[in-house]
Amino acid sequence: MSLFNVFNISGSALNAQTIRLNTTASNLANAESVDGDPTKVYRARHPVFQTLLDTSDTSADADGAIAGVRVLGVVESTTPASKRYEPNNPLANKDGYVYMSNVNSIEEMTNMISANRSFTTNIDAINTARDLLLKTISMGH
Amino acid sequence: MFDNIFGIHESALLLHGQRLGVLANNIANADTPGYKARDIDFSEALAGAGEQSGLALSATEPGHIAIGASEIAPGALKYRNPYQASLDGNTVEMPVEQAAFSENNVRYQASLTFINNQISEMNFVLSGQ
Repeated sequence: MSLFNVFNISGSALNAQTIRLNTTASNLANAESVDGDPTKVYRARHPVFQTLLDTSDTSADADGAIAGVRVLGVVESTTPASKRYEPNNPLANKDGYVYMSNVNSIEEMTNMISANRSFTTNIDAINTARDLLLKTISMGH
Repeated sequence: MFDNIFGIHESALLLHGQRLGVLANNIANADTPGYKARDIDFSEALAGAGEQSGLALSATEPGHIAIGASEIAPGALKYRNPYQASLDGNTVEMPVEQAAFSENNVRYQASLTFINNQISEMNFVLSGQ
């Protein structure tokens, strides 16, 4: 594990947080989506993060083989979609109901702030590692 | 004479570099459920590095490259005790990690400055002025 690993580790976190921001954007964009069928209506999506293990490292101290974070997949929220009586809506079912997407806007906004903070912190980690490497390269000058 | 010119700062610089990677890992996994924050026990690792530098690794193949104190001593990588663990099992506490990260940054630069001063001192002596 050297100083160069910081770029890979923090880079993987930047990627993961970008995916998180993308799902948040998608959820917020579809917050008002409706459908006549509760199985087809948009459901909030959230990424699942997992610690990335470097399997190529077979040294005795395999404890140190953690190499960042990755997005295992994106799961859909199972919160039931609420229904609303809108007989004039062209998407309404035969009883006149439409189903609302189960996106919770407040939850999405807090998620966005958290992703934003994590992204910034990881950028800072990369900048620090870069500064230290540049100073190390110019050692003795 | 030049074997030990940089003293402890040579090993310290390597260890600070490795610790930066460990702390970057904690920060990268701040939102990963179940991740346990880790850190290097610095004094133990540095003592281990001192022992390692006295012993050469046996090279049984011609392609083997000698490794000095570049590896973290086994057992020096410990799990952090969280002040308050979160419900998803993640023990990364961002303020703690950020503080450790900047502390490590300063210590790395301090070691680097000591080495740089040693080099310019040597240059001054060698130039014979």
